[in-house]
Amino acid sequence: MIGQLTKGERQLALVILIFLGLVGLAMAAGGRHDPLGAHGALVIVCALAGLMAVIAAYFDPEPDPERLDRYYDDPSKIGIVIAMIWVVVGLFVGDWVAWLLVNPDLTFDAGWASFGRLRPVHTTSVIFGFGGNALIATSFYVMQRTSRARLPDQLSPLFVLFGYNVFCLLAVSGYLIGVTQSKEYAEPEWYADIWLVIVWVTYLVLYLRTLARRKEPHIYVANWYYLAFIVVVAMLHIVNNLAVPVSLGHAKSYSLFAGVQDAMTEWWYGHNAVAFFLTAGFLGMMYYYLPVRAGRPIFSYRLSIISFWGITFFYMWAGSHHLHYTALPQWVQTLGMTFSLMLLVPSWASATNALLTLNGAWHKVRDDATLRFMMVAAVFYGLTTFEGSFMAIRPVNSLSHYTDWTIGHVHAGALGWVAMITFGSIYASVPWLWKRESMYSPRLVEAHFWLALTGTIVYVMAMWNSGIVQGLMWRTYDDSGTLAYSFLDTVIAMHPYYIARAVGGLLFLIGALIGCYNIWMTIRGVPSAAPRVATDTAAESPVAVPAGAAAFRSGE
Amino acid sequence: MSVEERDPHTGYLTTGHEWNGIKELNTPVPRAVYFFLIATALFSLGYWILMPAWPFGSGYTKGVLGIDQRQIVSQSIVEAARDRATWTTRIQQASFADIQADPALMMVVRETGPRLFGDNCAACHGADARGNKGFPNLTTNSWLWGGSPEAIAETIRVGINSAHPDSRVSQMLAFGRDGMLQRPDIENVVAYVRSLSHADLATDKTVADRIAAGNTVFANNCASCHGPDGKGDPSVGAPNLTDAFWIYGGDEQTVFDTVWGGRQGHMPTWEDRLSEVDRKILTLYLVDQRMAQ
Repeated sequence: MIGQLTKGERQLALVILIFLGLVGLAMAAGGRHDPLGAHGALVIVCALAGLMAVIAAYFDPEPDPERLDRYYDDPSKIGIVIAMIWVVVGLFVGDWVAWLLVNPDLTFDAGWASFGRLRPVHTTSVIFGFGGNALIATSFYVMQRTSRARLPDQLSPLFVLFGYNVFCLLAVSGYLIGVTQSKEYAEPEWYADIWLVIVWVTYLVLYLRTLARRKEPHIYVANWYYLAFIVVVAMLHIVNNLAVPVSLGHAKSYSLFAGVQDAMTEWWYGHNAVAFFLTAGFLGMMYYYLPVRAGRPIFSYRLSIISFWGITFFYMWAGSHHLHYTALPQWVQTLGMTFSLMLLVPSWASATNALLTLNGAWHKVRDDATLRFMMVAAVFYGLTTFEGSFMAIRPVNSLSHYTDWTIGHVHAGALGWVAMITFGSIYASVPWLWKRESMYSPRLVEAHFWLALTGTIVYVMAMWNSGIVQGLMWRTYDDSGTLAYSFLDTVIAMHPYYIARAVGGLLFLIGALIGCYNIWMTIRGVPSAAPRVATDTAAESPVAVPAGAAAFRSGE
Repeated sequence: MSVEERDPHTGYLTTGHEWNGIKELNTPVPRAVYFFLIATALFSLGYWILMPAWPFGSGYTKGVLGIDQRQIVSQSIVEAARDRATWTTRIQQASFADIQADPALMMVVRETGPRLFGDNCAACHGADARGNKGFPNLTTNSWLWGGSPEAIAETIRVGINSAHPDSRVSQMLAFGRDGMLQRPDIENVVAYVRSLSHADLATDKTVADRIAAGNTVFANNCASCHGPDGKGDPSVGAPNLTDAFWIYGGDEQTVFDTVWGGRQGHMPTWEDRLSEVDRKILTLYLVDQRMAQ
């Protein structure tokens, strides 16, 4: 990894890491009476680990100049491995908190093990740890190939990748020791937020530099989405996290916004995190891996354009549907609801574009679990966006809001769409990246697929039932005009569904563990006894593909 | 690069571009997409005209229906209160005895009581009102501050050791920790207290001696609150020690801990959180449940 850096880049890496270590030292010293001190120590450890890695390889020979004729795939490889580690952590903690809801006494009387601290560990690990690393890894992979340009340098992709993971570590470890700014999906405190801004701007610049070096006349759709993801997430992150720290020696900060403005900013952020992190980024993934794996052209370029601009324009307005029937002025709710409804059209156009791209390749969907992951992801994307627009309608929301229906909706998206498209993309990339003929075991991919699908369905069905039962119980009145159920009655009624949900989550986790094993064996290059399935090939170098070459690889 | 070709499967032309093997068809956008874009846009337009929608300057378009969510909420609260007034006024005005004698009102109590109890009291006293460690069982005849409807209603209103100015106040002293009794005396009085509810406690002479010695300790230290016979005193919140019900537990170690370290329970005041009608319903619900047992 370090051997790929030029001498100058190794020196720059040392400077950055020393600077990072000094920042950690300042945090540790200034915050020695505060959780900030612990995070200072964590930053120092990260910086030292990086320094040791760079120093150990510092005198290695300079990288071969011929590397410039090849794509730079080290960051993608590392990113995929890190993403798989995060997904196991995130799903494990997710299932843990699911069982915690079944049996609330499972906390060992420890503060760190309470639901309120573990739940953000789950959400951050899966969304930012797994999703974020997968997006960074695949975006490097996709942008080089669709631009036919190597990443402009060797250091900044690694800086983006590792810097981003330092942020994730600060976030997750912070929750356990009680550091949070209490904004859902934006829990990390000010210093972690500032660090992420630095990392993210580097990411944006890196992306733009690669695009600027492209040898293709046009920018492929996947890159539009990845770029929208990077640009909008930067904007959301900065605005929602505007805050004033108690002092430079304290982890705690106070938001610049208060009351309903704070709520609106938070859900403008929160919903667009769904839109641009969990949707746009993964649509970028889908637009590359699905057609390549299927060996089919995208169904309609025009539909791509309509979907892209529809999604980017409409999503921005939709956040206020999280605040129906609250102190938020009704006109803001109206806008949130109507734009959410219009949003359904471009969302379904995207799902349709993906599914119709498979026309002519459905036999592959049948035989190839990797492609089936992507197909099912597109189906869940359609289902979830329909459900989302439906739940944004005020009267529907009055039933669904605050219930488990929301949890079911989120997981239909997170498990069914985000995780499935990611697993599909990872299974497609791993053999290409590590130069293997195929995955170690296609049968294990198949097993993972069915476990993931079953787990998702069990989870989502359980939460649909639970949410609707809960919502109806909350609003049932008896003859005397009082509520028919106490809150506790509704909690007791949830119990069987919570068990089902935890079982569904467990199936999904087992699937991911099988995936890890399969990926690990593929990386190690262990030959499999199973018969080979012909896999796709992706170019290794930005050498021009001869025009007119039969590039829709049929596979058979 | 820009060579259009026809996809053999669909018959559509490609756009002529290619990225690492990916091509795109130039398929026209399906009509349905335009149709639904226009349909949802028209729906939104209609909705904006009818409902509060777009901001301008310091105001916003109110919508021709003149609907305002705040007014709807206030109005529905007024309506709900009016619907309930048929029985709320009667419960408010009638005495406990009159309500208990009225089957229609008691039906309301039985319908409404469990929800009020479940949402406000169950967290400490348990969903079945049988209490938890430190929180009394409310289904027995053993009441710290009196079991008449009036006494229960007053306890709910002011709480115990609460912030209310009229709060009921009581404290079990820490006889051991604060040095009022020596350890052997405490062990003896514990034996005596436990013998009040366990007639068969004195299995041998040692225990019988301890119980006898504890009797004296009790008379000198405990009887002023718990009464000479240990039956308690509701006027100071001193529990009856002769029955089978224990708030913190009746085993030897727990009773010892109680005498050694003292106890001071806490119940919040509900005067500001529940209306008088609600508190009356809760009171009657408890009395009614106890009678049903």
